[in-house]
Amino acid sequence: MASSIKIRTSIKDGLTTVRSILRHPMHTGYEKDPETGNTIPAHYIEKVIVHHGNKLILQCDWSRAVSSNPYLSFIFSGAKAGDTLRISWSDNKRESDTAEAIIQ
Amino acid sequence: MVNSTRRFFLKALIAGSTLLVGLGGLLKPLIAFAERNKEAFSAKTEAEAIAEFFTNQDIIPSDAIKIGVHDLVENGAVVPVEINTGFPEASSITILVEKNPNPLIANFDLSPECSGFIATRIKMAESSDIIVVVRSQKKLFSARKFVEVIEGGCG
Repeated sequence: MASSIKIRTSIKDGLTTVRSILRHPMHTGYEKDPETGNTIPAHYIEKVIVHHGNKLILQCDWSRAVSSNPYLSFIFSGAKAGDTLRISWSDNKRESDTAEAIIQ
Repeated sequence: MVNSTRRFFLKALIAGSTLLVGLGGLLKPLIAFAERNKEAFSAKTEAEAIAEFFTNQDIIPSDAIKIGVHDLVENGAVVPVEINTGFPEASSITILVEKNPNPLIANFDLSPECSGFIATRIKMAESSDIIVVVRSQKKLFSARKFVEVIEGGCG
């Protein structure tokens, strides 16, 4: 199965810009299924952690009110082309995923 | 007497710092997997969420924080938000939406390598202020911006 995480990086003047999309429904628990009329149970990412190499550089705690297929972009220093960036998420159903990208 | 007090103080100081260093080592993995602040995330009002999340710390309004978001949004399910803290040493960025059922939306803990910049997309149930709280050098700063939402996005 394809990774749920897409990562794009670009380095300029020593700063690395990361743009990522995490494929996830981010159900709030308030929505109704349009066909059955049943409430869709809450299902959302609670935590995202980002490592540059072995170093934790960003930690996110999210509520159900981050949009579905969450977009996350941030900027950090100290990386060079060829370094590894790793993004991991875990959700309220204890599902999780991890992806790595080579910074370029 | 003065001498022995001083010596005791020094001993206590050394013991204290050794303990702190030891604790620091223990705390690191704990911080990496910090418990989620469930009370703050389930709070129903902005004031309650802020009180739970920032327990009694002063928050200073600041123009340095720039909240990049449209004044008028058609679809509350996808509201792009870009935050520039304007602080060189921002260690956290927290986003709240005053009128959402649970106002605390997201918290970002930034390492020193991170610039004070975060972009994401959030859901807004109705027209509301977006509040951003930034921690920099152990102080909290905040800014807010009103966004008009045509169709709410909390399902």
